[in-house]
Amino acid sequence: MKALAARRHDRRAPVVLLLLALLLTGGLYAVFAPAPAGATPEQAAATATTDDIAAGKALFQANCATCHGPTASGTDVAPSLIGVGAAAVDFQVGTGRMPMQANGPQAPAKPVQFNDEQIAQLAAYVASLGTGPAIPSAEQVDPALGDPANGMALFRTNCAMCHNAVGAGGALSGGKFAPNLWETTPTHLYEAMLTGPQSMPVFNDAIITPDEKRDIIAFIDQQGGAAPGGLDLGSLGPVSEGLWAWVVGIGLLIALAVWGGAKSS
Amino acid sequence: MSHDNSTEIVQRGAGEHPERFDDPGVHQPNPRLGDLDEKAAKKAERQVAALFTVSIVGTIVFVWAYFALPPGEKPESMRLSNIVLGLALTCILLGIGTAIIHWAKTLMSNKEYVEERHPQRSDDETRAGAIQALQDGAADSGISRRGALKGAGLTALALFPLSIVLPLIGNVGEDWNVSKFKHTMWRKGTRLAYDPTGRPIKASDLTIGSIAHVIPEDLHEAESPLDEKAKAVVLLVRMDPRDLKSEREPGFGFDGIVAYSKICTHVGCPVALYEQQTHHLLCPCHQSTFDVADGAKVVFGPAKRPLPQLPIEVDAEGYLVARGDFVEPVGPTFWERLT
Amino acid sequence: MTTTTSTPTGAARAASATADYLDQRTGIGHAVKYFARKVFPDHWSFMLGEIALYSFVTLLISGVFLTMFFVPSMGETHYDGPWPSLNGVEMSEAFSSTLRLSFEVRGGLLMRQIHHWAALIFMASIVVHMMRVFFTGAFRKPREINWVVGFVLLILGLAAGFSGYSLPDDVLSGNGLRITDGVVRAIPIIGSYTSYFIFGGEFPGHDLIPRLFTVHILLVPGLILALIGLHLVLMVMHKHTQYPGSGRSDKNVVGYPALPVYVARLGGNFFLVFGVIALMAGTMSINPVWNYGPYDPSPVSAGAQPDWYMLFLEGALRLMPGGAEFVIGQYTVPLNVIIPAMVVPGILFTLLALYPFIEAFATGDDREHHVLDRPRNRPFRTAFGVSLLMAFFILVLAGSNDLIATHFHMSINDITWAFRVLLFVAPWLAFVITKRICLGLQRKDRELVLHGHETGRIVRFASGEYIEVHKPLDAHERWLRVQHEAIRPLEIEPAEDSRGVRRKGYRRDTMRRRLSELFYEDRVEPVTPSELAAAQAHGHGSHDAVEAGPATRELASSAPGGGQHLVDPHDETAADGRNHTV
Repeated sequence: MKALAARRHDRRAPVVLLLLALLLTGGLYAVFAPAPAGATPEQAAATATTDDIAAGKALFQANCATCHGPTASGTDVAPSLIGVGAAAVDFQVGTGRMPMQANGPQAPAKPVQFNDEQIAQLAAYVASLGTGPAIPSAEQVDPALGDPANGMALFRTNCAMCHNAVGAGGALSGGKFAPNLWETTPTHLYEAMLTGPQSMPVFNDAIITPDEKRDIIAFIDQQGGAAPGGLDLGSLGPVSEGLWAWVVGIGLLIALAVWGGAKSS
Repeated sequence: MSHDNSTEIVQRGAGEHPERFDDPGVHQPNPRLGDLDEKAAKKAERQVAALFTVSIVGTIVFVWAYFALPPGEKPESMRLSNIVLGLALTCILLGIGTAIIHWAKTLMSNKEYVEERHPQRSDDETRAGAIQALQDGAADSGISRRGALKGAGLTALALFPLSIVLPLIGNVGEDWNVSKFKHTMWRKGTRLAYDPTGRPIKASDLTIGSIAHVIPEDLHEAESPLDEKAKAVVLLVRMDPRDLKSEREPGFGFDGIVAYSKICTHVGCPVALYEQQTHHLLCPCHQSTFDVADGAKVVFGPAKRPLPQLPIEVDAEGYLVARGDFVEPVGPTFWERLT
Repeated sequence: MTTTTSTPTGAARAASATADYLDQRTGIGHAVKYFARKVFPDHWSFMLGEIALYSFVTLLISGVFLTMFFVPSMGETHYDGPWPSLNGVEMSEAFSSTLRLSFEVRGGLLMRQIHHWAALIFMASIVVHMMRVFFTGAFRKPREINWVVGFVLLILGLAAGFSGYSLPDDVLSGNGLRITDGVVRAIPIIGSYTSYFIFGGEFPGHDLIPRLFTVHILLVPGLILALIGLHLVLMVMHKHTQYPGSGRSDKNVVGYPALPVYVARLGGNFFLVFGVIALMAGTMSINPVWNYGPYDPSPVSAGAQPDWYMLFLEGALRLMPGGAEFVIGQYTVPLNVIIPAMVVPGILFTLLALYPFIEAFATGDDREHHVLDRPRNRPFRTAFGVSLLMAFFILVLAGSNDLIATHFHMSINDITWAFRVLLFVAPWLAFVITKRICLGLQRKDRELVLHGHETGRIVRFASGEYIEVHKPLDAHERWLRVQHEAIRPLEIEPAEDSRGVRRKGYRRDTMRRRLSELFYEDRVEPVTPSELAAAQAHGHGSHDAVEAGPATRELASSAPGGGQHLVDPHDETAADGRNHTV
């Protein structure tokens, strides 16, 4: 024990420890990096009853009407919701984007404010105002039924310029951004394509067919998990690779050079 | 360099103090533990041996992993193979490296030696000899007396590279017909099709707020599809006709649908980040921002010119077709763009 | 070292026979005698160049491996392999063989990642090595040519990196090539033709990958190898520079002999560099081209950036406002591309390449220098270097502005505007601050030499006065702080000679004097022996230093104002006191 204790004060101890720690964390992280949570498809929109619509209306009046207006026809600060459909509500409320917390360049995803039943009621109410896209069925968004290769081809033409090649997210102008897609549920992905929330353009079923949407979901489902090469460094491309080359590579090499050049005791 | 600015002090200490300090001479380092104590040296020896052993074990693990851990079909198995092989290789290399350096630091002599330097310049005698040698050589060649040889020889040498350069330059740029930059494969009646699927697009497909990435329907019949695609890609946007302030070429759109070249007028990246609410189109490479609602004019960033607009109309079956090629060259600026 | 014993063993006899065989045919004995115990100075920062060298060797080793499996062709093929999101996709042979060597060749992914990380480390270590050489003045005579060789190696490194980065024919590097095409086309008159020259016709064409392959594996590495050889030959010829210290002068070289210490270090360092790169390649993913997909001119992904060493160009292109494009007659001159892509890097690189010559011109000194400068002792150079680096750094950040925007929740437009301003302000600020820090450190050196280390020991005299005991520096410590010369601005001959005739070349000399003043106007002179003696003799009891008996113990009071005379007013010379080398 004594020998070990004395060794702790060795000048080299921090360097050796650091190296070991780096090796260990790097190795362990790469091996045990969390796999993407198995995305369970949301329940399909239940057939709405008049009770649901009434409950939804009450919720709307209490939580949404301030901005969207008492009849949901929009105001100066918020758009009209007539004809946006249940899918838009399920996406906006189901990801926590609505109700909006504060004015900003865009409404970010945040903890969801309502339970599933309330969301369904709100969706039913808004859907009753005018025809719009409905919430997709579980089968429509099942990644296992999609073709990821076709999904990748579509994704990189239609989505990658904003959301990054594998959906890690990216910047838009004026502080807006395209979010990371790895934690988004298949249903929400589908709804986002269908309704074009906020800055995102609309990809209706004529432009990207329902099957193609499912292919895209199948592709995204495979991203953000294990990277064949080890840590994925955020999948952000060459900038993060360069940063780590300097921090880890040049950092370790200079540490080793200093160790090699230091006079031995 | 004189130190005449410190005259006051120098005068006070005149005679007693030199102008500069003297070099105290090489300071040999203190002896190391291992130099004084054979036990410490033995310990260092064991450490070096242990580090070499790490390397040997690394090689064994590497060979084992090569056979036992194939990359397989899944990202997880590929990652495992890569990590084990990589960490084993790290042990192999860092084991040897740290062992050698540790050896050099602790067990090899740390006495410093002094070696004289000599000026880089060769001495006068050598220089004179060199000049003489050159002059003798020149005299023996007779070059100064035979001017015709000098001229002919130099000319021959100067012309020789032409035989390499001419075929190289001649062929390397294919046909050198740079006017191809000015045209794309859009013709009157070419249908607009979705990229990458190639399905033709109906005007009714596009709802307000939607966009489509577009290629000519007959792209794959082109001689070099990629070359053509690099010029012909188009972004189709439908907005509320009331939001459409102006078009690049008035009348080129159709009922709120406008088609702009996707190739940035800055240095040619595909401009494709369309923000539905602001109608801004952003280039992810250098952030040039174009206002699609206002003739695709530049509102931010390093581009100067608006994006070229493709004239479109609807054919009898309701499909969107081009009314002709772009009226200006697409993509980045080049010298003879306007000629 | 002892190879001969009284009774030679079999191995020793064999070695001696081989040596004899070789020497009779090559005369290698001369070289061995010259090199075996040649002295090399030692410092950790001298390894930075070695990192560059060894990461290049690592590049060669892993590169040879990769060429065995890579197919440099733009021919079309359909992928069939273990990566589901690319199955059946049409792609070039280059891309498909990259996938094969990553996923199916055992150890192939490791080798590919080693190659790419080594490339990033290669460029980074060249930059760090160059910084070491710059800030210590190792480029001064006789090493100016070697500086230029190193500079050319930097440029070749960029070429090697860029050509290799584009080989897999993926969307990310393809868009990089597209930007290259856009930049090349911007060149007045010959732009379009140059683009045809590079791509064999219109972009992207069918020739580029094979052409880049030849450039990447033959042309550029061949040149790099040759120039590394020249770089090292010159290094050996000049004998390595050494840091200042006792016993080290411009006339000698102090260090360890090549055999065994230096050779061991050299060999060991190779394994360390390769080992660190292997560690990175084993644990961190780099350039996962399967994420980007095969090249297609239509898609682009957010985060479209080049490797770090080209990022400054990307940043310059992003910062430039677009208004600079103009038309003369029928011809268009896109200054919005020419300035950031050619003029700005042109200025940065030209300044870098020519700096040794500019400094020599301002210094007017033609002696050989083998003892390095401590960066603080050359405030102008240090500050200038930091401000160049700052400009480079701002451009790199500008090239990453989209990631800054998403990670720090800022507006990309605001960031761009901030960098547009900072590009001009930050280097200037960095210059001023660095120069002040250097001068401050020099003053601290003076104070240390004059008054010694504070010991924290407080002594009370009978009179009630408290003083802190200071321990004077030993000769070695002091030498480090007084060995340098403070260079003074050049003095020039008057405009008119003794007969009142205006002499030729006066204007040039005036310019030279101005430059020299810019470099050396502000300075702190090193302590002279007489100043030290004066400081020690100063005010017994009343003032600063007290001689405590015959031992060289110095007692200095910590009374307020005690430090005032430490940096004597005349130590910071203004316009007078020039040297006479012109």
